[in-house]
Amino acid sequence: MNRIDESVRQDVLAAIPGLRAFAISLCGNVDRADDLVQEALLRALANIHSFQPGTNMSAWLFTILRNHFRSEYRKRRREVEDSDGHYAESLTSHPEQHGHLELTEFRKALAKLPEEQREALILVGASGFSYEEASEICGCAIGTVKSRVNRARTRLAELMSIQGVDDFGPDHETRAVLAGNRRS
Amino acid sequence: MDGDIMNTGKPSSHLAPAQSAADGDKQKSSKTSRLDRNTRAKLGQQLRAVYDEVVSQGVPTRFTELLNGLNSEGKHESH
Repeated sequence: MNRIDESVRQDVLAAIPGLRAFAISLCGNVDRADDLVQEALLRALANIHSFQPGTNMSAWLFTILRNHFRSEYRKRRREVEDSDGHYAESLTSHPEQHGHLELTEFRKALAKLPEEQREALILVGASGFSYEEASEICGCAIGTVKSRVNRARTRLAELMSIQGVDDFGPDHETRAVLAGNRRS
Repeated sequence: MDGDIMNTGKPSSHLAPAQSAADGDKQKSSKTSRLDRNTRAKLGQQLRAVYDEVVSQGVPTRFTELLNGLNSEGKHESH
């Protein structure tokens, strides 16, 4: 593997916090998300020559991470996700520790969105990418991103208003995830 | 999957853009309500809060080490 320029290194470092947040939303689990980030970074660095200087490093890394997730991680996640609600729980922080009950509800709702809607919403609504950048990251048309984001918002609003009937509770698994969350 | 919550078959095609909802008519918006400005703003806020919670953790050492290790490795090889 080649030595990388300091400026490239800085750009990669700057993208990592956002990559982790995106990866957690894809994997639903902090440890697996960090493994995903690591593998994506190794891929990116091995192919750093194909990065075009002057273009958006962050978008390039997000694309690699998403593709890697799609090709490698999805199956693994599906195995864990199944019917036990593990996925939703793993996105949930302990309300007493964080003091954001509302955010806990929001995480649960977010976890229930179809994957494509969730990633579109996060890229546009949280990562700060334009619709065009998000469409490149997701490999689809801009209009598709827009409609996914709209559907995601609508669905989230519905879920948030009916959340009361849901009784996922924080438990040991959630705490384990939290512990992972806090280790930085 | 959505069927138990809303019985309107197609989720998005029934939803008009948010602006037209603001234009007045108080249709029965019990379940499939269009999103008003406040709802959208609030959802956006919460989404960013959830995201920023992770972002604020910065770069875990395993990744700085990964990038640093790469460089020192490279130095050895190139010198």
